Amino acid sequence: MSQEPQQSSIFKVIGASSLGTLIEWYDFYIFGSLATIIGSQLFPADAGASALINTLAIFAAGFIVRPFGALVFGRLGDLIGRKYTFLLTLVLMGGSTFLIGLIPSYSSIGYAAPILVLILRLIQGLALGGEYGGAATYVAEHAPANKRGFFTSWIQTTATGGLFLSLGIIVVTKNLVGAESFAEWGWRIPFLLSILLVGVSIYIRMKMHESPMFTKLKSEGKVSKNPLKESFNNKTNFKMVLLALFGATMGQGVIWYTGQFYAQSFIENTCHVDFNDSRYILLWGIAFATPFFVIFGSWSDKVGRKWIMLAGMLLGVIFYRPIYQIFLDDTDVSKIEQKDIKEVSNPVVTRTAVVGTTDSLITTSSMVTLLDGTSFNKIQSHTKFADVSKPAVELPDAYKDKKLSTPIFWKFVLLIFFQILLVTMVYGPIAAFLVELFPTKIRYTSMSLPYHVGNGVFGGLVPFIATLIVSFQGATPLSGLWYPIGIAALSLVIGTVYLSNKKPDHNEGESENH
Amino acid sequence: MNAIKKALGVVWIILGPASIIFMFMQAIEKVGLAEEGVHRTNTALQWGIILFIFIPISAGLVIFGYYALKGEYDKLPEE
Repeated sequence: MSQEPQQSSIFKVIGASSLGTLIEWYDFYIFGSLATIIGSQLFPADAGASALINTLAIFAAGFIVRPFGALVFGRLGDLIGRKYTFLLTLVLMGGSTFLIGLIPSYSSIGYAAPILVLILRLIQGLALGGEYGGAATYVAEHAPANKRGFFTSWIQTTATGGLFLSLGIIVVTKNLVGAESFAEWGWRIPFLLSILLVGVSIYIRMKMHESPMFTKLKSEGKVSKNPLKESFNNKTNFKMVLLALFGATMGQGVIWYTGQFYAQSFIENTCHVDFNDSRYILLWGIAFATPFFVIFGSWSDKVGRKWIMLAGMLLGVIFYRPIYQIFLDDTDVSKIEQKDIKEVSNPVVTRTAVVGTTDSLITTSSMVTLLDGTSFNKIQSHTKFADVSKPAVELPDAYKDKKLSTPIFWKFVLLIFFQILLVTMVYGPIAAFLVELFPTKIRYTSMSLPYHVGNGVFGGLVPFIATLIVSFQGATPLSGLWYPIGIAALSLVIGTVYLSNKKPDHNEGESENH
Repeated sequence: MNAIKKALGVVWIILGPASIIFMFMQAIEKVGLAEEGVHRTNTALQWGIILFIFIPISAGLVIFGYYALKGEYDKLPEE
């Protein structure tokens, strides 16, 4: 076979695998991107901040079950093959995402709403747990050993691509239907749209062939009879599972979710940047950084995987706090001076009854525009007691819906780009790294577990745990960062001491090394 | 390097249970605080989830440390 048809065939494999995986990530991430709105739909109107924490808990539940999906579908993939297993995960993911779009709100069915969404979210997590390992294994088993980093890095772009797609569709939908309709019913559209995307992907995947290595194993009768037992009951293999988790995927997971998820959550919920602006910043950052997945994946074929991944973790440990401090400083409008103000809109006064009392909360909001182009909604509130002898209680001013000036907007894009660059360093080479640690017959099971514990549990819990830490008494807005910094530092030490920096043998054209 | 790998094995063996004890203490303190305050700030469920998930992972860290101490990582299969 000539080199050219081989190349074209592997790009077909990559294209077909990546599209399905990208759609699965899209399905998985729209929930997180809409956490604030979904929270208001699933929980009582007076739940306040706990609605967001509970929604993040449901979001996190999807991550927590990913390792179980890895075990269930990884086993299936090692028993019956890669192709049919990740077809199944695609159907489960698409179906559950579509159904989330149809769930009635809390006002219609009460607590049945969050419970149903939780169940569907768990199915999503299980499906994703089975999908990624299958796609990475499938591509790696088609790729020559000396270009495994390059070819699998295309699969690595899909997670960020899925996030990009989810943010893009959300912003477009919101702009089309308007903010009010979007909060009411428009948020369901990105979920419902998933069924079309999944349909296309299933059609493409049906046409794919089984991985050549798995077909060979099957024809030789060497398929594992009990992949779980062989993966985790065999000390030689199990110690590599632990090393992969603690020395690589654990740190990689927190870097991924800090740069691409916590960053956006922080800008929107802590810095109170406008809904669209916070998403545009991330969209630009992702667009500029995504090619680096392939660059670092390809580079890892030449210099080895280890030091590229660990350098990404080290930079995260060093730079996270200074970066987030800049986010806070540049959005702090509480100390603006009168001379900086260009115009102030007419105030809008609203009166809300305080539940269970005859007192009222009076809120005055006005849009303030500064000379540098920054604008924000200044909200002044005070409680007015029914008993007129009591003086009104003033609440601290709040500043919301901040629109950034152009220089600050691009500065934020640069800071997000840098964080995603770190993501590409840790994530670009990791599929090839994991595939090379384990033998073909138990590869799907063995690599899926550390990947999904690292990403699903350690990484996926970043927004949830960081938000929880910030809610502690005495915590600062930056306190939540200690979780990803601590985990990345631990993984960095373990990876530095215990991992070897195996470089692919460039004379090895064969696809298999086990 | 092998001596460092083994020595650090002891650290991982201690770190596993230490992190769980730390999380338990945090959980008791924070859930206790919530009980005194508003019902909606109760984080018992969240802490329950965190502990449920991290206990087996900490056990994994102890096993990892044990393997390191026994010299299982002195030479990796791929080397």
